[in-house]
Amino acid sequence: MKLVIIDYGAGNIKSIQFAFKRLGVEAKLSNIPEEILAADKIIFPGVGEASNAMQKLKESGLDVLIPKLKQPVLGICLGMQLLCNHTEEGDTKGLGVFNTNIKRFSNKVKVPQIGWNTITNLKSMLFNGISDGEYMYLVHSYYAEICKETISVTNYNYNYSSALQKDNFYGVQFHPEKSSIVGEQVLKNFLEL
Amino acid sequence: MLTKRIIPCLDIKNGRTVKGINFVGLRDAGDPVELAKKYADEGADELVFLDISATLEGRNTTLEMVLKVAEQVNIPFTVGGGISSIDDVDRLLKFGADKISINSSAIKRPELINELSNKFGSQCIVVAIDAKQIEENWRVHLAGGSVATDLDLFDWAKEAEQRGAGEILFTSMNNDGTKEGFANDALAKLSEELNIQIIASGGAGSIQHFVDAFNIGKSDAALAASVFHFKEIAIQDLKKELKNNNIEVRL
Repeated sequence: MKLVIIDYGAGNIKSIQFAFKRLGVEAKLSNIPEEILAADKIIFPGVGEASNAMQKLKESGLDVLIPKLKQPVLGICLGMQLLCNHTEEGDTKGLGVFNTNIKRFSNKVKVPQIGWNTITNLKSMLFNGISDGEYMYLVHSYYAEICKETISVTNYNYNYSSALQKDNFYGVQFHPEKSSIVGEQVLKNFLEL
Repeated sequence: MLTKRIIPCLDIKNGRTVKGINFVGLRDAGDPVELAKKYADEGADELVFLDISATLEGRNTTLEMVLKVAEQVNIPFTVGGGISSIDDVDRLLKFGADKISINSSAIKRPELINELSNKFGSQCIVVAIDAKQIEENWRVHLAGGSVATDLDLFDWAKEAEQRGAGEILFTSMNNDGTKEGFANDALAKLSEELNIQIIASGGAGSIQHFVDAFNIGKSDAALAASVFHFKEIAIQDLKKELKNNNIEVRL
């Protein structure tokens, strides 16, 4: 199993690498197209601000490469958001894999949302062995609107997509690498796809 | 629904967990990595490590410990103590910390909050505030609580939010170490005046104190050290009792 975590300088990828290590899988960090293309599975992480992250993807040509990948790809947090059409954060055009948009939470709730929230209406192999209503750890100010690619729903002021799937592309808003044993199950499921 | 968080805090000095009363009289409370793993297994929602030697003695937080925690623990953790620059934060995040907390360095140079939140995002910037109620006023204190400033708790917390703090960790120095409950009035006022999450700290002695911190203090999270380190409250028992009080928790 060749697992690559795309390393484009956006956020805490050490934690994701360690989470796979705890599952007995060594993940390679890379921003080299040949290495990414040769992987069996790909993690597309991201923490921080969307327009900066997109800029970094463009600088390395990864904005063109990522949407064409044929292997299972898992976008995490900002990685998932960048796979969508557009995000309000920095008015940034996304990679357009998921046909939905990213909006900012309203000030009726505390922003950012930080903490453990439930995932419901689960609809993917990614959630094998995970019951509806389990808790995942989330940290974010922007959310993906519900769409036909929604495979998990979370509520914070609104119902929003806490996970998305289209073909070989998976995206999770929560941090499986920080979500205790339930999060580890998601990572295991991804490895088994 | 978003849950309330229970956060064991590990004060770190020379690589060991310590706990004192009102910031003095430190007792040894064990190996931080082992404790962190144990708390994660027992259902802690998050962990905070404060390098208390760092601010007072100008030492950097132990990166080695951060790396070990990141390797072995599957819940988020925050590291604080002696952080005063973008480089300090960059290093900690690269070693696997999820969030960092700043305290004295932000009081001395408030622009630091803007710089860090612009560079790394608000979501990983916790502003910790130690304050003491003197007559009617809550006065912010520096350097592990040893130096009083002219800042008012509520003014400073609001300024921190405007500058890009993602969370406020408020420690009441009047309550810390007393085991007589959290500073619920001040917490409720913070929660009402700010639109970011408030972590209650200082004063936990019983399960009821946590119930009050959420119901009366309107806190989003509650942090404690000695009641967990010295096994006076088990995290699972605490969370079950919170659930019985209709407080949303992860069980």
